[in-house]
Amino acid sequence: MSSRSHALLRQQNSKIVKYAKDFVITSNEQLDLRNILLKLRPADGNMPTMQPGQFVQVLSPANKDTFLRLPISINNVEGGQLWLMVQMIGEGTKALGTLRSGDTLNLVLPLGNGFSVSEAKGTVLLVGGGVGIAPLLYAGRALKDNGAEPVFLLGARTASGVLERDLFEQIGRVLITTEDGSLGERGFVTQHSALQSEHFDKIMVCGPKPMMVAVAHYAKQQNIDCEVSLENMMACGLGACLCCVEKTVKGNVCVCTEGPVFNINQLTWQL
Amino acid sequence: MATLSVQIAGLTLRNPVMTASGTFGYGLEFEDFVPMSKLGGIIVKGTTLLPREGNDYPRMAETASGMLNCVGLQNKGVHYFVEHIYPQLKDMDTNVIVNVSGSSPDNYAECAAVVNTLDKIPAIELNISCPNVKDGGMAFGVSCQGAASVVRAVRRNYSKTLIVKLSPNVTDITAIARAVEDEGADAVSLINTLMGMSIDIERRCPRLSIGTGGLSGPAIKPVAVRMVHQVAKAVSIPVIGLGGIMTAEDAIEFLMAGATAIQVGTANFIDPAASGKIADGIDQWLDRHGVADVHEIIGALKN
Repeated sequence: MSSRSHALLRQQNSKIVKYAKDFVITSNEQLDLRNILLKLRPADGNMPTMQPGQFVQVLSPANKDTFLRLPISINNVEGGQLWLMVQMIGEGTKALGTLRSGDTLNLVLPLGNGFSVSEAKGTVLLVGGGVGIAPLLYAGRALKDNGAEPVFLLGARTASGVLERDLFEQIGRVLITTEDGSLGERGFVTQHSALQSEHFDKIMVCGPKPMMVAVAHYAKQQNIDCEVSLENMMACGLGACLCCVEKTVKGNVCVCTEGPVFNINQLTWQL
Repeated sequence: MATLSVQIAGLTLRNPVMTASGTFGYGLEFEDFVPMSKLGGIIVKGTTLLPREGNDYPRMAETASGMLNCVGLQNKGVHYFVEHIYPQLKDMDTNVIVNVSGSSPDNYAECAAVVNTLDKIPAIELNISCPNVKDGGMAFGVSCQGAASVVRAVRRNYSKTLIVKLSPNVTDITAIARAVEDEGADAVSLINTLMGMSIDIERRCPRLSIGTGGLSGPAIKPVAVRMVHQVAKAVSIPVIGLGGIMTAEDAIEFLMAGATAIQVGTANFIDPAASGKIADGIDQWLDRHGVADVHEIIGALKN
């Protein structure tokens, strides 16, 4: 990193104050077999300002195999509540599934950079796979508020895996692919017909890495500006442990502080 | 309010709590969570003479009560530190100590000489125990001759407080501690991470990019306490204890084992305010137990 970019980073970091705060759960809704939606309010009543694409580090009540905090992207901030969509895959995330309203969770937030929602113009395609759709709701709302037109392309294995579909439809047009064809077009998101028939000014993606690589490849072919949200495993979330690094054009950088959102032209992916 | 101040050779700490290298960045990353004025000192990231990119991702795997890492000393080199980082640290209200690593005795010594010129850095911690780089690090820390050769070379170039961080991946850590004491080390800190490995059985692959990594967290605490106890009896220089300290009670365990000061490491990842809470907690524990000065519990085990 050049000295200028380091100074810049520090400037950006110093603007965003981070907190370790207790939040009280107001509801815990089972979305499908594997996913829950937690709604929380800050115990002290002060909700920090958070940008779409940023994340929080959750201290799970399970604390054996899940020793570290769990990085979870921000699904929405609305009505004084923070929404976190959680896929229950390990002990830590499964323990979150057992929580009830009134229970308390400690979060470190807000973390990371976020999508460039305030600069985006025109038609913005937001592509999500599985639980990767989580940050796109908040991002889509912000884009719409800023005068851009969000179009969502959501992919899942089967119809029940297309989460929060009704909420996305309230914000913009929703395109769907399922691998079994039970909803929308059959196949992967990159096979959706709209990618051939329509024009998009910008693409924002969150989901499994092979999906993000495939969408990034499409964006590069079409010469469309594209941002991806990475999910590298991390420990501290604060840029201290250097565990979550991604190779970029300026070397290894922390996904937790310089990401999780990267423009694909910053990455070294073979596209 | 008990007297908490301790002395590491010429270095005075306001309390025995420091943060471990590689777990607290440059302190700047934690300023929203803990006032630096609460800490005895911070040990900043491992610094080498030349920049290092570190190892490939994945560099981390969670384990029961701990984690493995193989970061591999990613840093921008000591000259970048002097030019861009040091100006941001020199007015911090705590002792800022630089952790120095290298690949040959001369290379360690050259890096230490650069840090020696920095007025507001009162000490260095020599890392002769990094398990994650091939060209040096732990290679020196696992033999008495290797450890002595690095300390000898650095001592010639470095006039301030010299702390040497020891590896637990040895047969007899007391022999290494005595070897570095004989070469003029002012203090030893221990333990660095324990070498470990974790395998993803579905992929039949190690979880870390280079196969092995260093284990940290509460999982290693009993090993660390035992080694601190042994080393404190074997040397006459101060011992700084670390390894899995999560709470003030953990810290007090190390002090009773013989550590003059302690470092908080992996706990910073779980609670970014942990180091400050541990400093407060030690103070409260001493008050509750009617102890007027922290020295009364250092090495004070009943037989």
